[in-house]
Amino acid sequence: MKPSSHAFAENARRALHDATLQQALAKAGVGFVDKRRGAIAGLPEFEALREAGRAIKDHSLANLDHYLARFEQQVTAGGGQVHWAETPAQACAAVLDICQQAGARMIAKGKSMVGEEIAVNDALEAAGYEVVETDLGEYIIQIAHEPPSHIIAPAVHKTRGQIAALFEALHHRPGLTRPLETVPQIVDEARQILRDKFLAADVGITGANFLIAETGSTVIVTNEGNGDLSATLPRVHIVLASIEKAVPTLEDASVLLRLLARSATGQEITSYTTFFTGPRRADDLDGPEEFHVVLVDNGRSQMLGGAYHEMLRCIRCGACLNHCPVYGAVGGHAYGWVYPGPMGAVLTPLMVGLKEGRPLPNASTLCGRCEAVCPMSIPLPKMLREHRRREFVQGLTPPRGRWALAAWAYGARRPWLYRKLGRWMVAMLKLMSGGRGRFRSLPFAGAWTAARDLPAPQGGTFMDQWQRRKHHG
Amino acid sequence: MRIALFVSCLVDLYRPSVGFAAVKLLEGLGAEVVVPEGQTCCGQPAFNSGDLAAARDLARPLIDTLAGFEHVVVPSGSCAGMLVKYYPELFAHEPEWLAKARTLARHSRELSAFLAEHGAVIDARHAGRVAMHDSCSSRRELNVLAEPRRLLNAVAGLEQVDIPEAETCCGFGGTFCVKYPDISARMVSDKAEAVINSGADTLVSGDMGCLLNIAGRLKRMESPVRVYHIAELLAGMTDAPGIGEGER
Amino acid sequence: MVDARAAILGRLAKALRHDTAADAPAVVQRLNEKARGPQPQWPESMRERFLAKLAKVSATHAELGSRAEIVQAVGAYLAAQNLPNHLTAAPHSLLNEVAWPNDWRLEQRRARGEDRLGLAVAFCAIAETGSLMLLAGPDSPTTLNFLPDDFLCLLPESRIVPRMEDAWALLRQERGAMPRAANIVTGPSRTADVEQTIQLGAHGPRRLHVLLLRG
Repeated sequence: MKPSSHAFAENARRALHDATLQQALAKAGVGFVDKRRGAIAGLPEFEALREAGRAIKDHSLANLDHYLARFEQQVTAGGGQVHWAETPAQACAAVLDICQQAGARMIAKGKSMVGEEIAVNDALEAAGYEVVETDLGEYIIQIAHEPPSHIIAPAVHKTRGQIAALFEALHHRPGLTRPLETVPQIVDEARQILRDKFLAADVGITGANFLIAETGSTVIVTNEGNGDLSATLPRVHIVLASIEKAVPTLEDASVLLRLLARSATGQEITSYTTFFTGPRRADDLDGPEEFHVVLVDNGRSQMLGGAYHEMLRCIRCGACLNHCPVYGAVGGHAYGWVYPGPMGAVLTPLMVGLKEGRPLPNASTLCGRCEAVCPMSIPLPKMLREHRRREFVQGLTPPRGRWALAAWAYGARRPWLYRKLGRWMVAMLKLMSGGRGRFRSLPFAGAWTAARDLPAPQGGTFMDQWQRRKHHG
Repeated sequence: MRIALFVSCLVDLYRPSVGFAAVKLLEGLGAEVVVPEGQTCCGQPAFNSGDLAAARDLARPLIDTLAGFEHVVVPSGSCAGMLVKYYPELFAHEPEWLAKARTLARHSRELSAFLAEHGAVIDARHAGRVAMHDSCSSRRELNVLAEPRRLLNAVAGLEQVDIPEAETCCGFGGTFCVKYPDISARMVSDKAEAVINSGADTLVSGDMGCLLNIAGRLKRMESPVRVYHIAELLAGMTDAPGIGEGER
Repeated sequence: MVDARAAILGRLAKALRHDTAADAPAVVQRLNEKARGPQPQWPESMRERFLAKLAKVSATHAELGSRAEIVQAVGAYLAAQNLPNHLTAAPHSLLNEVAWPNDWRLEQRRARGEDRLGLAVAFCAIAETGSLMLLAGPDSPTTLNFLPDDFLCLLPESRIVPRMEDAWALLRQERGAMPRAANIVTGPSRTADVEQTIQLGAHGPRRLHVLLLRG
């Protein structure tokens, strides 16, 4: 997917004026927040688990090379194959190769953010395969030809009416279609359409929430069961996983699973949590004949040990999106690439370059709510600041902001000058306000006054008045 | 007890009465209040804009100016957060300054937290329903939540009301509000509506940034809600015009 | 891809300052210890907890005094759901000797797309979350858990363990190794992808009914 993160401001403006989108966002926002709050209130051990989870991830990352090697060894021992990919291109090539060897035509896909990251669907379709997204949200955006707008609720930006219209346009069969109005009708129609795809698919591709080094297992969590059908019915199962997903043991995954569902959807556990280990065994009655894991790096090994190291703890729960006031205002598409919200504002510049992604770290008030709700306690605001630092050092900051800041800093370093300019500015503004206490508009303050008045200064500076009080009082 | 007051640039330039309210409240503790002369800006705009060199250049003189005081009090959660949380981070690789920054961080407190901790006796009256807005810095960087409410409880005639979705940022965000004015406008609209829905007739907060932002939006909506810095209310100074109000 | 492997592992080792490919003692210890994290506590009995959580995720259950009651319980479910006497069951020892009525059509095999009702036996259940654990194998084809509209799962009460970690301990003790798939099933299939409205029966079963076998 070609990123449009550089146009964030424009994308955001469009989103703010999109009434349908605003309606969808308003519906989603509060729901996620309330559900998470309820789930955490119901588990007194949550904070202890959060600390334990963080420690597990820290330990796993500190030994990532060892755990990945162990994971590979166990997958191989169980009859599966591990493929390593440094880049999206290598990862797609690995997937294409497996599909070709399997003589595949149709591919059923479970939800995978790494899949989005490497644009595996584009690669497969370009090679002539039919790819069907099977997660309902992913299916909706696939047929709408849109990227996901949320990492766990890809179609959160779509209203029921929009989804019904998409379905009617695509699934319409003369004499068979009935108007779709209710949520059950929509879900039922998707179930019928996709059921045939599952049964016909030659290859199933899923993501992975965790990789278990101890057993060589890959873990997925879903509510729909689509991931399990994708992994069970086709002849070949391909798991796309990024390298930071490795954890040592089943016990470690158990801790993280308790945090994941609560932080994401406010559930204690999702409907389906599945641990896949290798292809079907000799006496199994079902399951794929081949089991492949494609391990994707795409810049993560360079994050390790650096300023963004802690971002690798991310378990992709989406809580930072759900609690971000900027995400809540503009939705995911404005961010212009695969990962939106605070986690996306950290990851996108690392994966598509700071030049392309630079607006994202700036599009934050650094309010810190993302860090407060992050189950992995990732210091997201700190990393957004780090991006801003690099942007400044590399000279990517727009000149206007740079000059304004330099002028301010110049003045503030010289108290005598600062007092003089302050006195002058306050007197000017006070005079211009004409005693009305505020401005409805003001030259150079159009950004502020478009939607709010600018309160006028009281008059005089504190420092001057304090001096006077000291000398006369 | 000797207290250094770091007034912050917004109070200095925009609303000196907050500084005087802070002085009055601190003197009420029987303390001597000093306003060190060299103070200007804590450097947060530079820090948040990625210009760490400029931020350090502004931090160093302030650290020196405020050195040697047992207590440094700031009528702003955001500037207090800068001193307490980010100065040590800023000098992580300069051992000499790191030590000084840590010392300053240890001695610095946000005003309402300081007053509550030192058992300030509040001698003010304010008949009405008051909503307290916590800045994100106060709430999440400094964890100052109960203190301002405890102080407000001591104000005669005052009824406290809660703002719905109180944890959400007001959209000020320093330079954010000029870099992304549309998004900021949307956030402050939501916040102003929440304030109105709270049923409050007066809004207070410990941060001038949030206050200018929310007051500006409330005024644009022609809301009668009056807006003050919490220090002004605690010091009984709400007879003067509120933020964004004309002279009467 | 050998090059990619070497390059990635090399970068990781360099970033972590690991100078040897041999597992660090901390890693070996961790893998052997299988230490548990904080374990959530609750006041109820395991049975009560399991059933309460099961109900919370919109699953139903029936209590069976003995294996002799399996037919009756399944029959009651078929009648209640107005389903034909036609089911696909796992070739599991607990189901092999059930005396199904002659007029029922029963097949013990993996599930197919057209199957309406599947019956399987859980490896164990997790009280903490009201979950069932099913292990893929000759006596438990995974398709049964996911394809039919109605999923019935037989669970001997003695197989309820407190937490997920206890299920892993049981699995290691009884099976030694992971099966192809270990499914932790908590309620029927659901989605909230249309306007955050929860709808049961997205792709997997629309209904989950547990047959809890006492004793």
